[in-house]
Amino acid sequence: MNLLTVSGSPHVHTGESVSKIMYGVIFSLVPAMLVSFYFFGLAAILVTLTAVVACLAFEYLIQRYLIRGPLTIGDGSAVVTGVLLAFNVPSSLPLWMVVIGSAVAIGMAKMTFGGLGKNPFNPALVGRVFLMISFPVEMTSWPKPTAFSTSLTDVVTGPTPLDILKGGLARGEQVPEIMARVPDYVQLLMGNMGGSIGEISAIALLLGGLYMLFRRIITWHIPVAYLGSVIVFSGIFWLIDPTHYVDPAFHLVTGGLMLGALYMATDMVTSPMSARGMIVFGVGCGVLTMVIRLFGAYPEGVSFAILIMNAFVPLINRGFKPKRFGEEVNNG
Amino acid sequence: MKTFRLGGVHPPENKFTANQPIEVLPLPELIAVPLAQHLGVPAVPMVAKGDQVKTGQLIARGEAFISAHVHAPATGTVTKIDEITDSSGYRRKSILIKTEADQWADGIDTGTELVSDTSHEPETIVQKVQEMGIVGLGGATFPSHVKLKVPKGKKAEYLIINGVECEPYLTADHRLMLEKCDEMIVGIRLQMKALGVSRAIIGIESNKPDAIEKVRRTLGGDSAIQVIPLKVKYPQGAEKQLIKAVINREVPSGRLPIEVGCVVHNVGTAYAVYEAVQKNKPLIERVVTVVGRSLSKPSNFLVRLGTPVSALIEAAGGLPGDTGKIINGGPMMGKALNDPGTPVTKGTSGLLVFTGAEAGRKPVQHCIRCARCLNACPMGLEPYLLAQLADKQRDEDCEQERIMDCMECGSCQFICPSGRPLLDQIRVGKSRTGKMIRERAS
Repeated sequence: MNLLTVSGSPHVHTGESVSKIMYGVIFSLVPAMLVSFYFFGLAAILVTLTAVVACLAFEYLIQRYLIRGPLTIGDGSAVVTGVLLAFNVPSSLPLWMVVIGSAVAIGMAKMTFGGLGKNPFNPALVGRVFLMISFPVEMTSWPKPTAFSTSLTDVVTGPTPLDILKGGLARGEQVPEIMARVPDYVQLLMGNMGGSIGEISAIALLLGGLYMLFRRIITWHIPVAYLGSVIVFSGIFWLIDPTHYVDPAFHLVTGGLMLGALYMATDMVTSPMSARGMIVFGVGCGVLTMVIRLFGAYPEGVSFAILIMNAFVPLINRGFKPKRFGEEVNNG
Repeated sequence: MKTFRLGGVHPPENKFTANQPIEVLPLPELIAVPLAQHLGVPAVPMVAKGDQVKTGQLIARGEAFISAHVHAPATGTVTKIDEITDSSGYRRKSILIKTEADQWADGIDTGTELVSDTSHEPETIVQKVQEMGIVGLGGATFPSHVKLKVPKGKKAEYLIINGVECEPYLTADHRLMLEKCDEMIVGIRLQMKALGVSRAIIGIESNKPDAIEKVRRTLGGDSAIQVIPLKVKYPQGAEKQLIKAVINREVPSGRLPIEVGCVVHNVGTAYAVYEAVQKNKPLIERVVTVVGRSLSKPSNFLVRLGTPVSALIEAAGGLPGDTGKIINGGPMMGKALNDPGTPVTKGTSGLLVFTGAEAGRKPVQHCIRCARCLNACPMGLEPYLLAQLADKQRDEDCEQERIMDCMECGSCQFICPSGRPLLDQIRVGKSRTGKMIRERAS
């Protein structure tokens, strides 16, 4: 007879794996991907493909020639980083900049710290912020959405709704007259506006988010705390002065908020472990996002808010433990 | 439907033997009876090589406060007292007996008629339970008589009977509830009497509707004993989780169920108490589920203690050629055996045979901090953190993070998508931390 295997319990496993989770995330991004391909055309497909291939290539090259360790490009995490990086840049971004962003995301933000699971900051967001600081012009010229565009040159660019808002307020205009120049809410919800490739359609992102909730890839805590605190924060200012502050619904469907709340902030590696911690983290992201949007120099604050909160994760993990069994006993 | 709130997982149930009636397994030629079949101090042998023993005769005394007597599971000759490998994997002292046809020791009632008179003094019941070597048959094997004595200053309100059987594959308790229901209920009444409680609750998971129905029908109008069906969730059979599920009380960290007025006994133990008190019969046999996808005849057997595992697997259709692992117990908390010659003991609730493909583990990947282990932990611990701290031998931090609350249910490791050996590391940490705490106390 063969020798018996002796190992500690448990002797069974769910069968869930890192790659199943990662490919689940990618699958959930398909609706948002389709919407962006519809509105931004071939250019969006090319940027996304470039980012994915570049992320895989950098991960492979670094593992093969610098670390000389095991290769893990099959686990799907580099693909997720690639897709999310592409989702956070305009479709008109030159492809060589996309490659640089991928190098920063994978090389600097992920592999320097030891690869998947060790990185403190969301790699795609680090890549995005790096690009934004290095190439501010290219990173803030937003192609206008047009159905099924195959053109790679001569794209018409225009501001995002948040740009219009910030610019208008800076010129001393009031919110109602500014709002006349942005698409209506149904169009915003569908994604018919200028913006990064994957952030435009709130409805497609929500669909993907629901799928991730259903598959238990994410829990409700971070998105609900994040979006909830955005609603509360922007709602308070809106109620005080609706001529200078736009309503919460506008904030919810514009910019990178949905993408950030559902995909970037929920990145399991860079978010807290306990439910309580996730709520603190989500509220922190929401408040910082709104502070930047309302009072900062940038029209959008999602990336910075999440990266700043990423830095607090170790502290949050220390301070907000799960509820222990038998800790606060109330057997009345 | 009720269940516990915090954590828990849903492994596939795989209760293949739920409809297999309990069969009596014939006595093997040679049995090996370990002196440590219970939690606590091993029993002290009272026989020597060459002695003749009768079935049910006391052969080793549990002398310490937490210990249990051991009786001869069969008639025969003591061939030697030697060290053999038991289910822990260690070599432990055991009494080896060459068996022959049963001759029962004096005073044991081997008849099957129900003796339902429970008009015994509480002390008599506890004493009988101790004399007959009864231990917790759910797997923990804690000496039952100790649990039936309520410590001074404490008061028992509820007797909670564990018919949960949340381990996948196992059906021994399920079959016992179906086939020995009357006896079990008399056993419960005896335990209630010993504890001086007026209420008992039997917790049964809803995947055993026939058992719930059977017990309810047998109880008839007895309102002192209540059956509570529970929503299936592992590890509901753990004492603290069961108490939380049935009466929503939380046993404080590091304390025993009596702290919240509860004493928990397994259904198998209730049946053993019946046999001990009403039939004068010591604990010399138990029901064992023998199961596995590759076995041709998975079964529930009534087995004499000391019977080698190989004999049970033989009776269940023989050991398949592709066997990679034999587990004493269920897949979540059972122990992998290194030798099919290991004897069945008081704690053996099942034997699970895995093929080579089922026996392996998936490759270990980095922790991706998905927090599933936190959400799965029924004690509200942080398994990923405990495993890290244990690995770094930071015993004081382990204590701070309540590593000693871990009951090793395995939910964290079961759920980990990275296949990390969380419980392996936590076990090592627990043993180091436990040692540190004991040394500090002394």
